[in-house]
Amino acid sequence: MNAVKVYVPRDAAARSVGADQTAAAILAGAQRRGIAIDLVRNGSRGLLWLEPLVEIETDTGRVAYGPVAAGDVESLLDAEFTAGKPHRLKLGLTGEIAYLKNQERLTFARVGLTDPRSIEDYLAHGGYRGLHAALDMQPAAVVAAVTESGLRGRGGAAFPAGIKWKTVLGASAGQKYVVCNADEGDSGTFSDRMLMEGDPFVLIEGMTIAGIATGATQGYIYLRWEYPDACAALQAAIGVAYARGYLGESILGGGKRFDLEVRLGAGAYICGEETSLLESLEGKRGQVRFKPPLPALQGLFGKPTVINNVITLASVPIILERGAAYYQHFGLGRSRGTLPLQLAGNIKRGGLVEKAFGVTLRELLYDYGGGSLSGRPIRAVQVGGPLGAYLPESQFDTKIDYEAFAEIKAMLGHGGIVVFDDTVDMAAQARYAMEFCAIESCGKCTPCRIGSTRGVEVIDRLMAGENAAKQEAILRDLCETMTYGSLCALGGLTPYPVLSAMNHFPQDFVKAARDAARLRIPA
Amino acid sequence: MSRTDMQTVTDLCAQNKALPGPLMPILHAVQNRLGFVPHDAVPLIARELNLSIAEVHGVVTFYHYFRKERGGRHVVHLCRAEACQSVGGGVLEAHAKRSLGIDFHGTTKDGALSLEPVFCLGNCALGPAIMIDERLHGRVSAQRFDELMAGMRSAEAGAP
Repeated sequence: MNAVKVYVPRDAAARSVGADQTAAAILAGAQRRGIAIDLVRNGSRGLLWLEPLVEIETDTGRVAYGPVAAGDVESLLDAEFTAGKPHRLKLGLTGEIAYLKNQERLTFARVGLTDPRSIEDYLAHGGYRGLHAALDMQPAAVVAAVTESGLRGRGGAAFPAGIKWKTVLGASAGQKYVVCNADEGDSGTFSDRMLMEGDPFVLIEGMTIAGIATGATQGYIYLRWEYPDACAALQAAIGVAYARGYLGESILGGGKRFDLEVRLGAGAYICGEETSLLESLEGKRGQVRFKPPLPALQGLFGKPTVINNVITLASVPIILERGAAYYQHFGLGRSRGTLPLQLAGNIKRGGLVEKAFGVTLRELLYDYGGGSLSGRPIRAVQVGGPLGAYLPESQFDTKIDYEAFAEIKAMLGHGGIVVFDDTVDMAAQARYAMEFCAIESCGKCTPCRIGSTRGVEVIDRLMAGENAAKQEAILRDLCETMTYGSLCALGGLTPYPVLSAMNHFPQDFVKAARDAARLRIPA
Repeated sequence: MSRTDMQTVTDLCAQNKALPGPLMPILHAVQNRLGFVPHDAVPLIARELNLSIAEVHGVVTFYHYFRKERGGRHVVHLCRAEACQSVGGGVLEAHAKRSLGIDFHGTTKDGALSLEPVFCLGNCALGPAIMIDERLHGRVSAQRFDELMAGMRSAEAGAP
């Protein structure tokens, strides 16, 4: 009898709720019963509320069971789950689970399907086709394809990737670099982590294509230290890519060089800002640089540098493989392609939802997310990380689209959506935004460094009801100074969560209303 | 710093010196080996890299992750970010501080562990999240936190 393929994710989120114990229990139990299994530690499918999600390969496709705790394994084996038989935890064919079925997975096409340690698996699922296509093209044609695809920076700033690449291609220098920003610091975001852990080869392929397209021969992945599992996955994949000739002095024997290395950050949120990331890579304090010069012209070590987020670079292979038009036909307006959205916080079905631009927040929160985890009404969502605006229910019909979000003074950022139920104290959230900015400010510009500390103090006085009207005026004035006077997005966008909280939830900032509300909200 | 530790720092500098931008890899290597970046290591690293002491000190103190003092045998990083807040991260934070008898950046009396704040562990759909050394944990209730701490201590006691 052939061994049954059993999938148990090695994704850090799955492991955080017991995937390793589940995998060990399955191995031990199957051995005891003499059932031959082939255990694959895949990436996560992104249905995180179902983790550890165990899948069995059957004649009709992969069948899912979840969430499977180690203690469930005996009963699953009793029920012959290795043959795909019924059990209370059976979810049916994985591909038919609505949450997954209704997604449009381009960048995440392989995440959860394949073994992230296996380049054979990667190749069998279409891997490296983009690189092969790029190697047959002129560099300018590769850059043109990225431009035509409409791909914009997925890290948050949404700058057209092709334009950055074109600038680097046009710059003449002895050395150019490709830097991947894997400093995914926004709360509510984990798509970079999931991708690096679940399909590291696609990032390596995207960076290699960027190198070939722009003439850069050295790549760095600047990874936050908080992601040790991603680091291990990347190191393993880079080692294999070198051994198989996908990295090194002559890629696939074609004479083009590209080397790649992982470097670790050290817990500074600001290093997600591209110029402070470059400073950090150079071994300096992660302080923001003035622009110009643009990193594309004078980036790492003063040389022309492509610097893009993980998801941006990982979206490149499919653009080269399927063509710019294929990618471009997803989305709407100037937001083309797909965005891996992350449902996080107080949400019943949290996880990763990759959709074409145009889906509404409401669909994501209720159709996918199933409402709040606590079962209480959703009162606010913060989109785009700690610098993103808090949106009230009245704005839930906003489409996921860079411009639509800009119109309501919000931002999509890296696609993280953090859900809060009706027990949230929005004044406390506004205060936290200022506090966060004060802790993480690089200190280079005054509006951010001093403004954030003053912001905390003013909000404290406002919440204490000390001359409230005056405090509010000061706070709004301070926000204006930070917005227009800060050197980068940290100081410049911290007013987003603060002002949106004040504008949409003014009652939370009134002391009398706060005191009365405290009596109503259960502890 | 002991003579052995001084030698360790010098060796780690020598191993990484040739890298472009070697300072961050060196600081990581020192902290990995010694558990923190000792005050006396700063002038040593500065000399090896031909940097000023101020430059190295500036880098060490800029990044939250680099410890300036010896910590516990294990480090618990507790997420303070919004996604964890929305599912009771604040309650967990209070419980952790109370049950361990320490504040953030503190180390328990027995030297077993240090408690550090962290802004996001990337486990935002399964919060509240903590990381014990390099191991991530999700859906950490107060009870689960106590179990994890007890598990860590008993593993320590059982270790040779």
